[in-house]
Amino acid sequence: MPGAEPRWTRLRRAAFQARQEIIRARLTRREMLKLGLLTSAGTLAAISGLSDRASADGGGGCGTSPRTRSFVEPLPIMPMLPPVPLAALDPPPQREPNLAINPATGIEFEGRGRFNGKVRPGTDAFQFFDQYAPQQYFLTRMKETRVMISPDLPEQVLWGFDLGDSGPAITPGPTIVNRIGVPNLLRRVNLLPPEGQNGGFGIPSVSTHLHNFHSGSESDGGPCRYFERGQYFDYHRTMAFAGFDSTHPGQGDPNEMLSTLWYHDHRIGNTAQNVYKGLAGFHLDFDERDTGQEFTGFHLPSFPNFDIPLLLTDKVIDPDTGKVCFDLFNFDGILGDKFLVNGKIQPFLDVKKRRYRFRVLNVGPSRFYQLFLTDPKHPSTRLPFWVIANDGNLLPTPVQVESFTIGVAERMDIIVDFAKLPGNPSTLRLENRLVQEDGRGPNDELHAAGKGDQLLEFHVGEVVADGSVDPATQPHFLDLPSTNEAPRITRHFKFERGNGQWQINGRFANCDQIRFRVKRNTAERWILQNDSGGWQHPIHIHLEEFQILKLNGAVVKSGTVDRSRKDVVRLVHNGTAEVFLRFRDFRGDYPMHCHNVIHEDHAMMLIWAVDDVGDNKTEP
Amino acid sequence: MDQTRRAWLGTMAMAPVVLGLAASAAGERRWQDIPPREQIRRRRLPNVPLVTHTGRHVRFYDDLIRDRKVVISFMYAHCEGICVPVTHNLVKVQRLLGDRVGRDLFFYSITLKPWQDTPAVLASYAEANHVGPGWSFLTGSRADCETLRRRLGFTDPDPKLDRDPKNHAGNVLYGNEPLMLWAACPGQSEPEWLVTEICSQVDRPVTAPA
Repeated sequence: MPGAEPRWTRLRRAAFQARQEIIRARLTRREMLKLGLLTSAGTLAAISGLSDRASADGGGGCGTSPRTRSFVEPLPIMPMLPPVPLAALDPPPQREPNLAINPATGIEFEGRGRFNGKVRPGTDAFQFFDQYAPQQYFLTRMKETRVMISPDLPEQVLWGFDLGDSGPAITPGPTIVNRIGVPNLLRRVNLLPPEGQNGGFGIPSVSTHLHNFHSGSESDGGPCRYFERGQYFDYHRTMAFAGFDSTHPGQGDPNEMLSTLWYHDHRIGNTAQNVYKGLAGFHLDFDERDTGQEFTGFHLPSFPNFDIPLLLTDKVIDPDTGKVCFDLFNFDGILGDKFLVNGKIQPFLDVKKRRYRFRVLNVGPSRFYQLFLTDPKHPSTRLPFWVIANDGNLLPTPVQVESFTIGVAERMDIIVDFAKLPGNPSTLRLENRLVQEDGRGPNDELHAAGKGDQLLEFHVGEVVADGSVDPATQPHFLDLPSTNEAPRITRHFKFERGNGQWQINGRFANCDQIRFRVKRNTAERWILQNDSGGWQHPIHIHLEEFQILKLNGAVVKSGTVDRSRKDVVRLVHNGTAEVFLRFRDFRGDYPMHCHNVIHEDHAMMLIWAVDDVGDNKTEP
Repeated sequence: MDQTRRAWLGTMAMAPVVLGLAASAAGERRWQDIPPREQIRRRRLPNVPLVTHTGRHVRFYDDLIRDRKVVISFMYAHCEGICVPVTHNLVKVQRLLGDRVGRDLFFYSITLKPWQDTPAVLASYAEANHVGPGWSFLTGSRADCETLRRRLGFTDPDPKLDRDPKNHAGNVLYGNEPLMLWAACPGQSEPEWLVTEICSQVDRPVTAPA
């Protein structure tokens, strides 16, 4: 370590290493008590800075999670949400929000048509509803659910979504599978438990965003469109590509295909706790190219057997109660010391010796990952694999990598060929080697191979038939839409922190303020700048994905993973991103925000709108 | 390797070095059944003694927080930067909320400089800012005010910034203690928006019990 390192940084590093040592030494609680490393309350003793937040929060945080075993339970695969007949939706869906009062609750049947808690009659009718009339319906109810996240922990009471059949809810929620060209309507019903029965965090007032879908603002699930217990909310999907009412009338621009999306709570001020409570799941779209069948289209590994979503979250377990703990009094960022994939702590997955598509999603709340495949017997062996989609959007052609970085809300679709890995390992692990010690972000150091966070263990079985395309043959997927169109305006955004307050251009989230207006069916250039000192921010923009033209001053080269359609851009320390965006088809309001959900909840967000005029505010 | 680690950990803990500990099987521990509200109280809402700007001696949890809807901020009287706009903003928020402040919603501002801010200093500050009833300015021992600052999350991971009181005067925390609903937002947000944020968090439930 450099000699000039401040004492405080050294102490934190020592504390971090000490915690890692304890984890590796696999000490039991009794042993730790005996060694004086643990207080009777179960938290790490504040000696030698063992608990890194001991000084920061006065011992008030969730503490350090108890020990759990790794790789003893199989990876859960979330079931698909089945469609339902229209008759299953009662009252029936309609273009305008159903604002009739439900006598059982005393408020409107539907939450759509409310904005920021107030009913706005005459708003939020579905756009393009007749042109893209639903041909398919889905129903899911948001409810409390009891789950085991580890055999070494008690049952957890979390929140999830049911399969539309009144059965138990699951978390992560069911995977929603939609097909391009088949417009649909999905109803979510809020049946969450009443206030006071939340187990310590979570607010039963929700808005479910479909992350990166090209939605009308009424169906986007934005932060200000939250709905309450006893209400439902209908979401309409045109299932057309961007450009369907502008550049490419009808079905839109086929190069705007969106493949791997996710849904999650977005309730203003409370997103972090509601997502941590379990309100998130995958949403996959297929078409005649990305078909989900390896014998057709792009020949990508068949869903669901060889195309597997991996939902990553990191959580803290209360060492006293064994329950998932969310610290309501942390405004910096929350890092978990337990790593869950699809809702289980460090599961394993039996795979065949062939190619798989994994759709990796970072649900946060605040962690950045740099993910590697590691052979635990030979950790120094480099194991290459292929990235085929960034933020769920297929690249022009696969890019071979040995690792990738993923901030909160980002997705990376990868192909791993278990038949062609160097050394032919029978066991390998998905490993995060990025060092991150607090909510500010990683400090760009890596753990040694094999010494990082082990997320998932693959047990490689026998060779089986593989009809999927070999990425090494460089198959062509989707061209990047042109960015040659002259932007109507360049806007500048500074992401800052002042007096502990997160801000964009010196101002704070406010549902009642449209900060600027974009002219529908135009393109703009936005310069996003991180001026918040030692913090990093994954910035997300709703409506249409963008392309990063320049990152930290350098042109993004073709043939790289970042030369892609993105909906989140990571602003590193003092970093800048120059992005090209189009705003097609829909009118309405949308947010831009930091997707470190703690920063988002503490106001690092603004609302903008698309209309037929636009404005010329360059620093809105 | 494990023995080396244990030895090292033992040394670090200044406890006798214990070697060759047999690892016991996981899953044999007993979990405590602590109600979540109680766990939040233990961790984040310490019952420290404080004095209000009117000279009343109170306990933080018992007298100010328990069973209440609250709005909490930090300040100090001779702060020329951030405290001024935040206090002015909160005065507007208080007016917008009307006479419910002091009845079913309570404002608390805790000093970051208790060694300067005596009850009399805080009383003058309240008067100078035209603060209405239902808003208490609080001081106490240096250690207790510091405990509150840390427990309520008004900290910065950068120790240099953490030492600067100005950095902790920006945010406003609000909650409904019995319902375990807590959130925070910047104190310089527009006053009307602060009212919306506070009320949509603390004034629950909004629907009849289903």
